Amino acid sequence: MLKDVTIGQYYPTGSVIHKLDPRTKILFTTAFVVMLFFLNNLWGYLATFLILATITLLSKIPMGYIIRGIKGLVLIIMLTVVLNLFMTPGTVVATLGPLTVTLEGLKVATYMALRLIFLVVGTSIMTLTTSPIDLTDGMEWCMRYIPFVRRYAHELAMMMSIALRFIPTLMEETERIMKAQKARGANFETGNIISRAKNLIPILIPLFISAFRRADELATAMEARCYRGGENRTRMKQLAFEFRDGASLVLMFLMIVGLYLTTWIQIPLLFPV
Amino acid sequence: MIMDSKKRMIDVQDVYFKYPHNNENESVVALDGVSLHIEKGEFVGIIGHNGSGKSTLSKLLNAIIFPTQGDVIVSGLNTKDHESLWTIRQTAGMVFQNPDNQLVATIVEEDVAFGPENLGVPPQEIRERVDRALAVVEMQAYAHQKPHQLSGGQKQRIAIAGILAMEPECIIFDEPTAMLDPSGRREVMETIKRLNRDKEMTVIHITHFMEEIVDADRIIVLDKGKVVMEGEPRTIFKQVKRLKEIGLDVPQMTELAYELRSAGLEIADDVLSIEEMVDVLCQ
Repeated sequence: MLKDVTIGQYYPTGSVIHKLDPRTKILFTTAFVVMLFFLNNLWGYLATFLILATITLLSKIPMGYIIRGIKGLVLIIMLTVVLNLFMTPGTVVATLGPLTVTLEGLKVATYMALRLIFLVVGTSIMTLTTSPIDLTDGMEWCMRYIPFVRRYAHELAMMMSIALRFIPTLMEETERIMKAQKARGANFETGNIISRAKNLIPILIPLFISAFRRADELATAMEARCYRGGENRTRMKQLAFEFRDGASLVLMFLMIVGLYLTTWIQIPLLFPV
Repeated sequence: MIMDSKKRMIDVQDVYFKYPHNNENESVVALDGVSLHIEKGEFVGIIGHNGSGKSTLSKLLNAIIFPTQGDVIVSGLNTKDHESLWTIRQTAGMVFQNPDNQLVATIVEEDVAFGPENLGVPPQEIRERVDRALAVVEMQAYAHQKPHQLSGGQKQRIAIAGILAMEPECIIFDEPTAMLDPSGRREVMETIKRLNRDKEMTVIHITHFMEEIVDADRIIVLDKGKVVMEGEPRTIFKQVKRLKEIGLDVPQMTELAYELRSAGLEIADDVLSIEEMVDVLCQ
């Protein structure tokens, strides 16, 4: 169950995409996510699909790995689709008992589903191709240019990297606590939702106590290693923009512009404009 | 005397330490007038029962906490002096008990780089220091691994490398083997001993495994916040009865020799290792 989490996982293949500067990837992903919400016809989604497919091929990450990331969101996507499908007023195309499907509903549901899928795929390509360290370094750099956040850029990046460092440790610990509680007769498999939720308490309490203890010890260890915030701190690995980053930025800019241009296309594809 | 303390690695002068918090407004005295000194290049073992104040002492040496009374001088610098705080922490590195709770980064070499990064060392030099430190603990092959994929002993060696990269003069080990299995314990002890022998690193090793410190230069025994014994391993461990009274063990072979003596066999009382025992018995 816990091993299926792909968010924030790094899948090294040494591809061109992996070698790009994290800042390049963050910039593109941000622009890409924003752009997704401007798309208003299927041409745009088609173009998005082509762009993502090309990037995925270039990254050499197996398709199955990326699809696994979507699996976790199937429930949310289904819910959005169902809600939009039946709740949007408009021209009725089909009736299912008390429920009616409208053409507009069909359109909105399709767009929403595609949007969510592309959103997850797009962002997970970024996390899959960028090591957590590079990602936090890139974010730290980007945050320095956002007003109000600027002051906390280093602290936020440090928090993120510590969180990433401790995810596997805490997962191991959760599994250990679960086994220990099962050995004491705890039951996590049966019962209704409420009793199952109640059964989680004997897992969560020890987990929290241990997490706080870890945090305390880690803070002491960090201070003992002369940690005193971001000031005057140097980094072993410096971020460096290279030729390929410049080239990709130009390409990415063109792609985003291309995506924007699709919103002007007046030829209907499947749905009327 | 002043000249002496300049040469010394660490000088603890009549230190008291009280933990303020308690239910009945009472403070708990963790250290009750401790004086000791550590010379450069020494390997000193510190032993004591739970609550004897040995962990408190180790934190005082690294300026994580400060004495309620008395002074701790590290390489000529007083820990009370806030100006020298970071120099002291860099000079006297510290390795803690739980290997998981002292690794900060998601990649081994990044973790080793954490200390020098905090010190503001230039990137190129950090790279060199990291490679050197990983070589000393023999973990170069794992430079790009994630810490959670390593065994306990390996994680602890990475923690040691992280301290080495800061180029300290002295390393304080606060029960570094307590949470490890026997093979991990052996790995870590070999690394610590090699550091002391080959790199002339001053080592302060706090432990409750007596076998680990039989070849230390000196052993300090703490009990109820006081130094109760101090001397060479041989002179300390032959006082089996006294050590047992304050809840401490002796190395297995010393205990065996003690039992044999009490059973009436004429045998030396300062046997420390199996080899020595074999020699003594075959005479």
